[in-house]
Amino acid sequence: MGVVTESQFHVLAVDDSLFDRKMIERLLQKSSCQVTTVDSGSKALELLGLRESNESDDPNATSTSPEVEINLIITDYCMPGMTGYDLLKRVKESAAFRSIPVVIMSSENVPARISRCLEEGAEEFFLKPVKLADLTKLKPHMMKTKLKKESEKPAEEVKPEIEEEESPVIEILTLHQELESEQQEPMLSNNKRKAMEEAISSGRSRPKYNDITTSV
Amino acid sequence: MNTVVAKLQRQFQDYLVSLYQQGFLDNQFTELRKLQDEGTPDFVAEVVSLFFDDCSKLINSMSRSLERPENVDFKQVDSGVHQLKGSSSSVGARRVKNVCISFKECCDVQNREGCLRCLQQVDYEYKMLKTKLQDLFNLEQQIVQAGGAIPQHFPSYTILRPDIRPCLDA
Repeated sequence: MGVVTESQFHVLAVDDSLFDRKMIERLLQKSSCQVTTVDSGSKALELLGLRESNESDDPNATSTSPEVEINLIITDYCMPGMTGYDLLKRVKESAAFRSIPVVIMSSENVPARISRCLEEGAEEFFLKPVKLADLTKLKPHMMKTKLKKESEKPAEEVKPEIEEEESPVIEILTLHQELESEQQEPMLSNNKRKAMEEAISSGRSRPKYNDITTSV
Repeated sequence: MNTVVAKLQRQFQDYLVSLYQQGFLDNQFTELRKLQDEGTPDFVAEVVSLFFDDCSKLINSMSRSLERPENVDFKQVDSGVHQLKGSSSSVGARRVKNVCISFKECCDVQNREGCLRCLQQVDYEYKMLKTKLQDLFNLEQQIVQAGGAIPQHFPSYTILRPDIRPCLDA
């Protein structure tokens, strides 16, 4: 019974609306995340272990040691007191927490607001109502964290998840790439060509290019 | 037994589809149903209930703000409309959301009469939706009690309005 379960990707969701908290919580759980919800930016900072007010001028001052490990913060933009933008700034100013990806949500599509947030370091901007499909954008962050955790383990080497030869994905090349690769073929030596043909016949590499219809 | 379940399931599907066709619900309600599973069988009912509670509270407070013509707190009304628009949008309550859009416009130009009309309409729409969804949940319960499963997909023969067509792979 000595199995150590991997800790799940832990998301901190910040929203002043109970209704929205319930929604985002379910969305995240359905996407296999562990979720903690808080109703304000200041509570979020507290949970992280960051002092809210700048009593010293040091934005890195921590009041307590962090209670939990947070892998991603997702916050509403419009909140009374500390807005999502303010929270984003505080997180990115802190040396300890700036590496935590922050996602902003808003019910209003204001391009200036969106670019402001992205410039300040937000990873993504989700327009409410947030859908399950939107959360797939978080998958790369989840994978990164998972790989990082695995590499920190003293166990055997973990192979990178994506290995080109193994995936039977049909690559749809642009016309330009198609022409390029066709031109390169006659330049290969006989040996290489044989190897390629063998690879093709074994079905492991890409299928013949003329079978694919490319839409540019 | 099987035919009873099948009949109820058909009734449920038809009723749900009619709610989309009549514009009560939109795609976001489909998204909401996707979030429900065996582990969280009451999720939609809970969220919807929260929404209706919000409606009632917000309508009451906005009504108070709009009461005296000489002293209308449009800021408060605007805040209420904003919240209502957000939650109705998240739930897929299409008609309620649409009234909120008009409501916001009246608020922006400080049109008290317009606001009062919208307030009345929002009240009507949310209560109407509440009874409709109650009927839907009752059908669900009957299916479960008869030993059946709640349909997750929409019948493919239905042709719906494109602006509110539910996601067919729901």
